[in-house]
Amino acid sequence: MSIAGAIAFIILAPVAGAILAGIDRKLTARVQRRVGPPILQPFYDVMKLFAKQGFAVNRFQGYYAFCFLLFTAIAGAIFFSGGDILLTIFVLTTGAIFLVLGAYAPDSPYSNIGAERELLQMMAYEPALLIAAMCFYLATGSFQSAEIASWHREPLLYLVPGAFLGFLFVLTIKLRKSPFDLSTSHHAHQELVKGLTTEFSGPTLALVEIAHWYENILLIGFVYLFFAGFSPSIAIIGTALVYLIEIFVDNLYARLTWQITVKSSWMIAGALAAVNLLVLGAMRGMP
Amino acid sequence: MSFTGKSPWIMHYDASSCNGCDIEVLACLTPLYDVERFGVINTGNPKHADILLITGSVNEQNIDVVKSIYAQMPEPKVVAAIGVCATSGGIFQECYNVKGGIDKVIPVDVYVPGCAVRPEALIDAVVGAIGLLEKKRAAMKAAAAAGGK
Repeated sequence: MSIAGAIAFIILAPVAGAILAGIDRKLTARVQRRVGPPILQPFYDVMKLFAKQGFAVNRFQGYYAFCFLLFTAIAGAIFFSGGDILLTIFVLTTGAIFLVLGAYAPDSPYSNIGAERELLQMMAYEPALLIAAMCFYLATGSFQSAEIASWHREPLLYLVPGAFLGFLFVLTIKLRKSPFDLSTSHHAHQELVKGLTTEFSGPTLALVEIAHWYENILLIGFVYLFFAGFSPSIAIIGTALVYLIEIFVDNLYARLTWQITVKSSWMIAGALAAVNLLVLGAMRGMP
Repeated sequence: MSFTGKSPWIMHYDASSCNGCDIEVLACLTPLYDVERFGVINTGNPKHADILLITGSVNEQNIDVVKSIYAQMPEPKVVAAIGVCATSGGIFQECYNVKGGIDKVIPVDVYVPGCAVRPEALIDAVVGAIGLLEKKRAAMKAAAAAGGK
């Protein structure tokens, strides 16, 4: 465990997350043959939100938004300090639950439906995420992210290809990208107004945005683990490619229903990861 | 440094427009005009919006709706009346159910005449609204400082 990694994450992740979101929006605009906003636009948005009047629907909402930010930041800090990836996933889920509570707090139908869909999304991505973590353990013999990242016997991707594909599948849900942007999304969100974040406004919405930046950087870190064992430059290129693919998928697909989301993420992503787990278990001579 | 003017999120409401101006509002978001260049996002949610674009004249049915949308927007906020119907009622002002321009119900900051409004005029209106947003933000800050003393 290194404290430096945790502190670096807490300070640098929002900066990196904002730039990543800016690149995302710029690339999306270029795909649609538009000029697109400046790269720093997400940063401008959040600074503006902090300057807005604070509208609180009730006294719990701001607290839940803050807890979402806090737990997401802690999850990232555990991961980047080389800590336990299972614990990271659990703390990340706790953060997500606070966001759901925040969306359930006001008596607003759009916000409540968004919260329900977020719970369904969590149900969809959680198995593949956990099985991927178990595959890491079976392959490397450790749940510590530092030990997995410094795994050098052979590229980890060769041992956990199924878990990798399953993770890619649920990553789309976690990054809130089409076709799985059911609960809230950054564009074309008129169906549920803004879903989960409808009732958040001004400074509380800014907190939710910053928490998303933390979350995205943490997930990018997870993707990097799959490339451990390759040289760092190949690992970074691989991680960047994964994010690029996510942006293109976001632009190519229309939103699916929650039924298809849950079914496909269990039957495709969950199954791929589970088969990978069983094969790894057999290889390692475990029952 | 103020970031208020760098990310003006808009909310568009069709009061009783013929859809001519509405199509032009949406045209601004298309690749040809691409107002996202200036950080503009069409939010569709008054709680996230900075600029309210209203097309069409206010009628007896939607007075409360317009008032409610305006009340749900956090300060600083700017209202732009888009098209001649929104500015004055236009050719519908004599109708029995039409109240008139948007300023009969809520305070309007920017008036954009035209039937239908050109996208260029709309972009000009948003840029004008950004200036007003900055001013209102400064006034808010001054008021907060005076209140804190």
